[in-house]
Amino acid sequence: MSATTLLAIVLALSLIGYLWGRANAGALKRAGQGMHSIPAYHGYFVALSCGVPAFLLVLIWLAAQNTIIDSIVLAGLPSYVTDGVESSRMSLIASEIKGIAGGRIFGTPDQALIDAAERYNALRGIASLGMAVCALALAIGGMIYARSRLSPEFRARNRVDNIIRWGLIVCSILAILTTLGIILSLVIESLAFFARVPVFSFLFGLEWSPQTPMRADQVAAAGAFGAVPVFWGTIFISAIAMFVALPVGLFSAIYLVEYANHRVRSVVKPLLEILAGIPTIVYGFFAILTVAPMIREFGISMGLSVASNSALAAGSVMGIMLIPFISSFADDAISAVPQSMRDGSYALGATKAETIRQVLLPAALPGIVGGVLLAVSRAIGETMIVVMAAGLTATLTANPLEGVTTVTVQIVTLLIGDTEFDSPKTLAAFGLGLVLFISTLALNIVALQVVKRYRERYE
Amino acid sequence: MDKTAETTGVLSGAAATRTDGHEIKVAASNVSVFYGEKQALFDVTIDIPGRQVMAFIGPSGCGKSTFLRCINRMNDTIDICSVTGTIEIDGANIYDPKIDPVLLRARVGMVFQKPNPFPKSIYDNICYGPRIHGKARAGSEMDEIVEVSLKRAGLWNEVKDRLKEPGTGLSGGQQQRLCIARAIAVNPEVILMDEPCSALDPIATARIEELIDELRERYTIVIVTHSMQQAARVSQRAAFFHLGRLVEEGETDLIFTNPSDQRTQDYITGRFG
Repeated sequence: MSATTLLAIVLALSLIGYLWGRANAGALKRAGQGMHSIPAYHGYFVALSCGVPAFLLVLIWLAAQNTIIDSIVLAGLPSYVTDGVESSRMSLIASEIKGIAGGRIFGTPDQALIDAAERYNALRGIASLGMAVCALALAIGGMIYARSRLSPEFRARNRVDNIIRWGLIVCSILAILTTLGIILSLVIESLAFFARVPVFSFLFGLEWSPQTPMRADQVAAAGAFGAVPVFWGTIFISAIAMFVALPVGLFSAIYLVEYANHRVRSVVKPLLEILAGIPTIVYGFFAILTVAPMIREFGISMGLSVASNSALAAGSVMGIMLIPFISSFADDAISAVPQSMRDGSYALGATKAETIRQVLLPAALPGIVGGVLLAVSRAIGETMIVVMAAGLTATLTANPLEGVTTVTVQIVTLLIGDTEFDSPKTLAAFGLGLVLFISTLALNIVALQVVKRYRERYE
Repeated sequence: MDKTAETTGVLSGAAATRTDGHEIKVAASNVSVFYGEKQALFDVTIDIPGRQVMAFIGPSGCGKSTFLRCINRMNDTIDICSVTGTIEIDGANIYDPKIDPVLLRARVGMVFQKPNPFPKSIYDNICYGPRIHGKARAGSEMDEIVEVSLKRAGLWNEVKDRLKEPGTGLSGGQQQRLCIARAIAVNPEVILMDEPCSALDPIATARIEELIDELRERYTIVIVTHSMQQAARVSQRAAFFHLGRLVEEGETDLIFTNPSDQRTQDYITGRFG
């Protein structure tokens, strides 16, 4: 029996449990008993007691089954196959056995492996049967147990509430644990990197060329891991992006909130939101096929030398990507300023522009700053546009027409292709990732704090 | 009802004089207001004498606030709102296309229902108006305007040591007096007050009413109020609005003791509203 059928049966049993519990409670009620909970809660209680444990059992069983069967099958192999074999070779043998068990036989495999495959198939059959029996037993047992608890005084309502609460707690714990897991893996790999390259020279070194020799006897650069030029590239491109996005986003928000009439607003705002929905890889095309050649040709016509992957091209396209982001935050912040502020200013004989500049913007400033900080953290973490449009060489330059590289670009290039996960070249990616993570996290925390404090002021 | 304003030449600029000795400051004739298709105010014709307090009373939604907002053209800030008829201040029609509503609002100040100080310091709240109209240079000239305005609004003694603190940190009554001081600072001729005490406690209300009484020596004041007692206490003249129409207007004492219209009688005796 497949796991899907099994789960469908468990679900059907839960439904039966619900009807059973409800019918029973309904009968009690009709008999004139004072009930603590309405019949539907009795039904929910039976259904949950039946379905939830069985469902969890199936999940755990499926997760554990393969490892256990593998180890049983491998342990049962004759010693001439397993003696002196490394663990990586062992997993190859395991997948060969599974292949034979699934009918994909190449050449003439060892008789021991064929036997193992048969054993494997047999074990799988037993396991799936066992799972079905246990799950159904648990479901039916749970249903009968829950049914036996039902009585007029039984607090089914509170029980169901409790079960739901635990479900919610488990979900939030899962989300937090996943985040912690990601951070932990990042930190562990970074520590491995910092064991090879000192933290100080990584954070403050001025030269970045992560090419390390692949073989011990290879003639190659020793590899330099000074990340300052990489960080600079990220900061530089983000600054160009904000230089584009901030005025355009902010001013379009002001126009939309204060000047545009309802018709214009109902057209322009969705259009801006379309901009937010464009995948970043499309922005990447735009940067590399349209903006970069344009800037290059313009620069050449002015007699300037322009790199084909100029920081200006990548930064300005990233800025376009951030326009709707900033505009929607500024829009919210300005709209949140109470109408009475505008009235007060107009009643003193202020013009619209004076009101915006001297009353609305100061009042909305915290909200706008929060939005800008979030936009900066997106610019720093943005990958696709810069992978396509920014350069690969880490140069420490303030000339927007030269190519610079960013942290995200370096991480991608370090991890692409044949890599070994214990060389400083690869591990450097994790060091960069950790720095990136910490800086965007800090920016987000500050931004959310600013936005929160602002919200408290008018509510 | 006194119709002298209608016969006065629009361009003469000379204000008509009433029999009781107060010149007419604001003269409205046939003012109607539309919100889109819906008419909110019907043919209001009224003269408002200078240096007195005129109270607009009437049940909610009767158009009294709408009419008040016509006098400084605040209704212009609402897209769908349109106004017909004429309102003359000192004999000049404020709905004349030559009139800049922005400059008009410097002459006709307004105080709102809820105190709305800007999120700036007390000092900056006061000098907001003078600054945008270029009425004073920063420094001692501005300091003087701030001090005079706060003194006239009766707030100086309470805030003189904390002018740099935010205006939003004051109590409700103080905030409302700050808003009055802010309006006074641009030296208006008329001050419109839209239920200025409805968000305040009785003590703060008494303080503001006292202030209104003092201010009428220099300014023409029009106040919208829901409180009969307040209208009786602060105003010399009163106008009763009902369903978008001006029902009757006259000396406050007369309106309250001997109204000529049955609806006024019903409203002030509490039969509806």
